[in-house]
Amino acid sequence: MPQLEQIDTYLSQVVWLVLTFGILYLVLWRSALPRISQILATRQERIDGDLRKAAELKAEAETVLAAYEEAAAGARAEAQAILRDSAERFAAEAAERNEALTARLAEEAAAGEARIEAAREQAMADVESIAVELAGLAAERLTGTAADRAAAEAAVGQVMKERG
Amino acid sequence: MASADHHGPLSQFEIKTLLPIRLGEADISFTNSSLMMVIALVLIMLFLMLGVRRKALVPGRWQSMVELSYEFIVGLLRETVGADGRRYFPFVFTLFMFVLFGNMLGMIPYSFTFTSHIVVTFALAAVVFVGVTILGFVKHGFHFVTFFVPPGVSVALWPLLIPIEIISYLSRPISLSVRLFANMLAGHTLLKVFAGFVPALGAAGILPLAFVAALSGLELVIAFLQAYVFAILTCLYINDALHLH
Repeated sequence: MPQLEQIDTYLSQVVWLVLTFGILYLVLWRSALPRISQILATRQERIDGDLRKAAELKAEAETVLAAYEEAAAGARAEAQAILRDSAERFAAEAAERNEALTARLAEEAAAGEARIEAAREQAMADVESIAVELAGLAAERLTGTAADRAAAEAAVGQVMKERG
Repeated sequence: MASADHHGPLSQFEIKTLLPIRLGEADISFTNSSLMMVIALVLIMLFLMLGVRRKALVPGRWQSMVELSYEFIVGLLRETVGADGRRYFPFVFTLFMFVLFGNMLGMIPYSFTFTSHIVVTFALAAVVFVGVTILGFVKHGFHFVTFFVPPGVSVALWPLLIPIEIISYLSRPISLSVRLFANMLAGHTLLKVFAGFVPALGAAGILPLAFVAALSGLELVIAFLQAYVFAILTCLYINDALHLH
């Protein structure tokens, strides 16, 4: 096995190992690794910064949203108040008009009733006078003499009273 | 090396000198192992540097891979050690990437797996072991030796348990290095052995070929897994040194 037979190469192997490993260690330690860690740190910083900015924007958006919601709630309340007021006003107006109409209708109805009553009374009076005249004429035809107007009136009045 | 040995399953682990370098008596030649280490070093640096060259806020595919590997090891340390493990991140990350690229580069045919050599894995494990032990003594002073006393055990059992604890502590670099070395050695040897059956069996060679294809997939998983295991055990040892029990 060359690993155990070539003992005379041990020194050369170790020397070159120390040399290459040493150079590699120094280069990585001093130059390469700090560069990589700096890249990673920069990225981490950037990510943290972006996250912070995002959080700030989110907070800002939330305050804006809260303000909007407050304004919307105020507007909604105002609208409801206006609606309520209008409804009340309209209702009052309608009630008033309704009352006026009712009163006028009642008045007109009363006037109409009075007119009907007058007409009826007139008619009744006319009926009585016609009946008296008819009774007079009938008596004259039957008896041949002119009937007494007063007696006819009294008779008609009595009959009408009896018949309602 | 004999020519028969040249095509053996173990010849792939042979160290070949590419550029002889001598420092006095010492032989520190540039070998195929050194070449793969340098390639791994260059590839890791290119992977990391080019991946993040644009520093995009929204990463592309490449940058995502770099960030993924970074956060993978960060997460590993956070889970095993906690917040104070952050200081050891560059070391664990380097260790993970180095072992991972060493293992992965070894999966390329005709390349060389430097993590398949016990001396390399042992050197890495020794660095971890020595480093963690020093860390423990620096952090806790002499109090660190209480790490070898199992908590909640009667004093009568101490003479038995303390040697066991010390032996298990001392065997850490061995188990850490042998685990990686043996996995790489066994996997690559097995691949080579079965690959050798393909031409030998003629038409029936389709069977070992299918096996080699499947095994290559498994070896890729193991290449990653062993790098992960090396890194997580290092994290656990750091945690022991920082927090004792």
